[in-house]
Amino acid sequence: MSEAACLPELLPLYYRRLFPFSQYHRWLSYGGVTKNYFQNREFSFTLKDDIYVRYQSFSNQNELEKEIQKMNPYKIDIGAVYSHRPNQHNTVKSGTFQALEKELVFDIDMTDYDDVRRCCSSADICTKCWILMTIAIRIIDRALREDFGFRHLLWVYSGRRGVHCWVCDEAARKLSVAARSAVAEYLTLVKGGEETVKKVQLSDPVHPFIKESLAVVRRYFTDYALVGQDIMGSKESMDKVVALVPDDILAALQAEKNPTKRWEKLKVIVQQKQASSKKSYYTEEEIMLQYCYPRLDVNVSKGVNHLLKSPFSVHPKTGRISVPIDLRELGQFNPFDVPTIRSVFGIFSDYKRTSLAKYVKLFDQFVEEMERSRKGELLRRTDLQKDF
Amino acid sequence: KKVTGKRRMRQIQILYGHCLQLYTQPPLENISLVEFEQFAVDRMKLLKTVENLGVTHIKTSEDYSKKLHAEISSLNFPHRTEAVASEYEKRRKDHISHFILRLAYCQTEDLRRWFIQQEMDLFRHRFNDLSPKSKSDFLHRNSLQYETEKKSLMEKLINSSYAFSGCTVEEQDFYKVPFQDALDLVRMRKVFVKDGFAYVPHQDIVTIVLNDYRTRLSKALALTARSLPVVQSDERLQPLLSHLSHAYVGQDYSIQKNIGKISLEQIDSLSTKSFPPCMRQLHKALRDSHHLRHGGRMQYGLFLKGIGLTLDQALQFWRAEFLRGKVDADKFDKAYAYSIRHMFGKEGKRTDYTPYSCMKVILSNPPSQGDHHGCPFRHSDPELLKQKLQSYKISSGGINQILELVKGMHYQLACQKYFELTHSIDDAGFSLNHPNQYFSESQKLLTGGKEVKRELDSPRRPHAAAGSENSKAPPETPSSSNRVPQEVMDDLDSFFQEE
Repeated sequence: MSEAACLPELLPLYYRRLFPFSQYHRWLSYGGVTKNYFQNREFSFTLKDDIYVRYQSFSNQNELEKEIQKMNPYKIDIGAVYSHRPNQHNTVKSGTFQALEKELVFDIDMTDYDDVRRCCSSADICTKCWILMTIAIRIIDRALREDFGFRHLLWVYSGRRGVHCWVCDEAARKLSVAARSAVAEYLTLVKGGEETVKKVQLSDPVHPFIKESLAVVRRYFTDYALVGQDIMGSKESMDKVVALVPDDILAALQAEKNPTKRWEKLKVIVQQKQASSKKSYYTEEEIMLQYCYPRLDVNVSKGVNHLLKSPFSVHPKTGRISVPIDLRELGQFNPFDVPTIRSVFGIFSDYKRTSLAKYVKLFDQFVEEMERSRKGELLRRTDLQKDF
Repeated sequence: KKVTGKRRMRQIQILYGHCLQLYTQPPLENISLVEFEQFAVDRMKLLKTVENLGVTHIKTSEDYSKKLHAEISSLNFPHRTEAVASEYEKRRKDHISHFILRLAYCQTEDLRRWFIQQEMDLFRHRFNDLSPKSKSDFLHRNSLQYETEKKSLMEKLINSSYAFSGCTVEEQDFYKVPFQDALDLVRMRKVFVKDGFAYVPHQDIVTIVLNDYRTRLSKALALTARSLPVVQSDERLQPLLSHLSHAYVGQDYSIQKNIGKISLEQIDSLSTKSFPPCMRQLHKALRDSHHLRHGGRMQYGLFLKGIGLTLDQALQFWRAEFLRGKVDADKFDKAYAYSIRHMFGKEGKRTDYTPYSCMKVILSNPPSQGDHHGCPFRHSDPELLKQKLQSYKISSGGINQILELVKGMHYQLACQKYFELTHSIDDAGFSLNHPNQYFSESQKLLTGGKEVKRELDSPRRPHAAAGSENSKAPPETPSSSNRVPQEVMDDLDSFFQEE
């Protein structure tokens, strides 16, 4: 029996026993600093038979629990905090019901890398290409923290082939559409669709953000691209690499039999070209970035009212639970070890029962950290007021 | 509230010490009514030029700058950084005219958006025109001095030898700005970003300042709009303000030039050759349904008067058409004839019966179901507009150009483009502001400047004084037969107060 088939039977159990309602409610209340923040939040549910309902909202944790346990949604999405209770939006004068705030979110999906991974395509993933997600998380997380100053980031496995990032800082939640799109564009280096062969173009001067991102990519490139994906291993894949190089060097590369040495040779050829030319060549860097740099869906990040899959929601096709990712152990994260709706109840006879406990704990730590930070900020502000 | 000499001098120095300002302080003085109107009209002309140039030129090009600079000078607005007496006068005009136009343009979303766009473009041009020292001076005066970063820290942060504006760190100041205030620079990675701050080099600071200006102006207009009901309830100010927002700054066609030179038989052919699309569509609707509703009758009726129809011709024209429909002679004479005579000043004491300008057609009285008035470029659904243009045999390339302009909300420019396409010329050679202007320019082209063919059939009615049936408005200024008394000025402070 597949994971999907078990959903009707197991979801009710999941929502009664395992879904972390308390931490969830604490998270989305954000300390109750803003009145009705939780009450004005939109949720959407996908129910059995693909019935989709929007504008769900709840007065408190208890209502949230009761409703979810009653509806047993196959999927839960989180939307924006609105000006009024979403479940009453029809009673509001037209034009006044507006999305006010929402976390800044990012969605990185493995299908967007299909043109540069050889091991899998479309919805499939494997441990080889999962490294792309590791690289993406490292680059984006660093940029969001160090460049933009954000501190409360929740990275979540999407349940099938990607990851989501929820930036929960107050400043992030208040960002305008223009600001969200500016941040997303700042983070975008790979541009172009089917028709574009060369998707990364670098020129002088190279922005520090790009340099930092390159540093991360370099750490993984040899193992991921040269060994794992073996991009220099066959004529077909080399063709693609060479298409990104300004000159015709395929023959010279084919002369070298060792794929890793081929890459070295490519670097040498480019360096030679550089030596005899005034302009800067970043061919090596451009190739590395095209193969490894994160590909974001800007539209997901731009909209204040965009709905995104909730943490701890179950993926209807794989049965996997969208769990938070521990960045301290990012290298060890294996999407295939993530609990599914069946494994979490020990339905497999040949696998040990998996536990959601460590993921709930991670989530709990995240929420606590935000609470601590809020208290600290409050103290700081009242201290400032006391000074006169 | 007259201010004493010395205090005034100090105020002037603070307010007008720089040729550029952010209009944070409302004017606090008395001015004459003439100056009041003149300032407002001049600034409107300037903003209209800003709009036109902005659509036809790249905003940072030399050509654009030169032309805009010329207009600023000719309208007597400040453009020099020297502190000479004449310059102060210009700065004062700049200051006051901005605030008057705020009153006029705060009323609707459309007006606000237009005003903010043009004011920002004007500001950008003037700021870019300043010398670097003058720019710094401006920033300091306006407390926009975001923290300048210590150079040593900058060098540590940027561990390369270049900052991205291409010059070394030593050469200039960097402003530390919250990244939300520098989105355009951040988006394109043109600035160094750290800890949520963007480090903006001196020369890029205009983008930041512009964003700041836009936010302030937007808030100010919203606030002004809130006090507007009070202003509008004052019947001395109301006509003035409503006039300003609909004001047309050119010839108002209230004085008929070509009286009796058009024959009724010519109208059908003229409608396809020389009428702007708004009037062409009204004429066709009238011919098709033998009727027009009030809005259409006003817009078209006044236009016809403007092209030279006499009262008798007009009565004949409308009567003939309406009688073909459901109206009988009696009803026409009783109801509709009255309003036609009214248009020609023969009834009642209406003050505003000048043919409608484009601005008036576009901004007031939008058409509803069953109406045919308004501006097709503004009020027609783009699909329908496209079909209409196709039926007028406009090339598809031309139609696309027109639709692009409509998308950018440049309705008069779209009409101008229509003029160019239908008259097979590259450049209309005039800036379209009035349907009657469209007609006379078209006739000029088609008849090679000759006068419109004289009417032979019906004798020309002698008009005692051609001017008597029109408002006493002097040309070039909006009809102001309701002159606003002086004491209104005393109340102005309270309306301008921001808080």
